[in-house]
Amino acid sequence: MKTEIRGARVVDPASGRDEAASIFIEAGKVAAIGKAPASFRPDETIEASGLVACPGLVDLSARLREPGFEYKATLESELRAASAGGVTTLACPPDTDPPLDEPGLVEMLKRRAWSLDCARVHPLGALTVGLKGARIAEMAELTEAGCVGFFQGNAPLPDFATLLQTMRYAATFGYTVWLRPQDASLAAGGVAHEGEVATRLGLAPIPVVAETVALRTLIELMGVTGARVHLARLSSAAGVALVAEAKARGAALTCDVGIHHLHLSDRDIGDFDAQCNLSPPLRDPSDRDRLRRALAEGTIDAVCSDHTPIDDDAKQVPFAEAEPGATALELLLPLTLQWGRESKLGLVETLGAVTHRAARILGVPAGTLAPGAHADICLFDPSRSWVVQPQALASQGKNTPFLGLELTGRVVRTLFAGRTVHTA
Amino acid sequence: MSPMTRSNLQVGPDGRLKHLLTTEGLPAELIRHILDSADQFVSVGERDVKKVPLLRGKTIFNVFFENSTRTRTTFEIAAKRLSADVINLNVGASSTNKGETLLDTVWNLQAMDADMFIVRHSQSGAPHLIARHVKPGVAVINAGDGRHAHPTQGLLDVYTIRHYKKDFSGLTVAIVGDVLHSRVARSQIHALKTLGVPELRVIGPKTLLPAAVERLGVRVFHDMAEGLKGCDVVIMLRLQNERMNGALLPSAGEFFKCYGLTADKLSLARPDAIVMHPGPMNRGVEIDSPVADGPQSVIMPQVTFGIAVRMAVMSMLGSA
Repeated sequence: MKTEIRGARVVDPASGRDEAASIFIEAGKVAAIGKAPASFRPDETIEASGLVACPGLVDLSARLREPGFEYKATLESELRAASAGGVTTLACPPDTDPPLDEPGLVEMLKRRAWSLDCARVHPLGALTVGLKGARIAEMAELTEAGCVGFFQGNAPLPDFATLLQTMRYAATFGYTVWLRPQDASLAAGGVAHEGEVATRLGLAPIPVVAETVALRTLIELMGVTGARVHLARLSSAAGVALVAEAKARGAALTCDVGIHHLHLSDRDIGDFDAQCNLSPPLRDPSDRDRLRRALAEGTIDAVCSDHTPIDDDAKQVPFAEAEPGATALELLLPLTLQWGRESKLGLVETLGAVTHRAARILGVPAGTLAPGAHADICLFDPSRSWVVQPQALASQGKNTPFLGLELTGRVVRTLFAGRTVHTA
Repeated sequence: MSPMTRSNLQVGPDGRLKHLLTTEGLPAELIRHILDSADQFVSVGERDVKKVPLLRGKTIFNVFFENSTRTRTTFEIAAKRLSADVINLNVGASSTNKGETLLDTVWNLQAMDADMFIVRHSQSGAPHLIARHVKPGVAVINAGDGRHAHPTQGLLDVYTIRHYKKDFSGLTVAIVGDVLHSRVARSQIHALKTLGVPELRVIGPKTLLPAAVERLGVRVFHDMAEGLKGCDVVIMLRLQNERMNGALLPSAGEFFKCYGLTADKLSLARPDAIVMHPGPMNRGVEIDSPVADGPQSVIMPQVTFGIAVRMAVMSMLGSA
């Protein structure tokens, strides 16, 4: 099968390419960009003038809810959402039920995803058995089954000794440890950023020190253990400062931010809008602004959707009882584009944060249009506006703080391994 | 980006009260209207026949997801004096334990043609959630939600202050104790700021004051003697038993020593200062008995006025 995509503006952040060109696809791979390979006769020609063609997005965190939470979402529904959002590579956290702590579970998930054949699904294994923070998970076995890193999710580790040993064990094999920088005791019971909004609304606070204390500890333990760490979901300006400092000293550290935290702050909670119950909490507007800059500067390596499909029953409850999270796979592109526009970045820099920069963290071949790469391509109309409404979302999760809002930038077609898996 | 503009759930575009959820954002005019209307109702309680027919035929559900005998009773009395039919539901002990959601409970009661819900809930924002989901014309009164608000208590407190001090414009008011966990303090602060109290203070240890509390327009004091100087009104807050011995305070005794209101400390306030407490009191913890029962205490009148203020709010909502 040979395909030619004609007339698109090709943006490949990995190479810095940004030009009108044709993309030639053969056998699921990018064969060439610009000039057709010798004797290339396309079986299919995709007319894409007015559209941007970029590598399929790489999302560092998308909850697919299987196994265990099929009433919230299924692999079918969420991979459909991924395709609709232009996402072709994603990492899924291990916080399923049971958690991804056994090779069999990981293999089954990979097989299910493979049979749906529309995205590269890279599971993150549980850092500890059952995410309980007691026994180290079988990291070598899980890696063999396909895990690209080990994550404790939002579940706490009971003490520094456990953290130290899991990091040390992972470092033995060079595995990446993913950690949420949030000290469990300082965050205990909290549901909103400690500040004026939480005080007014009488919501139990999560102070910024919950993040900075955790970061200082992690950075300290990285030095001792030599573990490679990926920090999931930075939330504060003070946290950014600590990461920048550690990176300047050469720490083997990467970090990401959730897309909501680039656009929202605790002010958006308004009158207890449970859609804004997220983890980590939305913080002060000054924190949000710092996160935006840090992503542009590269202190933060990538932005992710932190996609969490949640059923209405879990959101239509008082704020503190609501399940944290939001559906976001289909909002990742327009919200990233908006961040880029507002930060006065070009498309190369903007899309880099959701393509090759994210792929590098996962250590997987994705997020690029280099010849020979998988032909995972997102074609989007950068000026098409759409309103976030339940019926506009393929995800089974319809809950997001952006419901009712108009966003600009809509995926028109998604190709996975050269094959169209979504059109709009 | 601001996806949610702060909706005004409680005041309609015509300026009329639709629900009473918080004193924050209530226009001064509306608060004064409630207080003036409460003036009329105080006399009802002094009559032989303590009833007016304003809410005859209306059905009011007292839905308490958190136990409270006192507040529930005052709402019940207020509703009965307005001739409404009142049903008391202690939901904490029934349906939610069977797994029914908050909204299912409310929708069920709404199907019984409720006109008004009086809601107490341990979670901040629960009454907002309910107000957002009831039919138009059904009113919700927040009878206390988490640490967030207790607006009728806040209003009865400003009523009491107005009764004794007449005018808010020259007053110094101190709120003392566990502001962190207090929905009453928050409701008082918003109402008093709106009514123009120029000097509003909170006094307490750092462990019992919420972050950025000064952003609510109050001055923060940790030294009680300093904070009480020149006060016209001293409001003591209840210290919950479970807060007395733990990570926030070493002991009830030490709290009393530093922040308990004694006659000595009260003498630092203005000689005509009044002492208030939302009840129930912990004598010897936040307030000394001679002060609680002394000539400057207006704690019992607060309770009496509370019924009038609740009648005022209910009559405004019920006749809408």
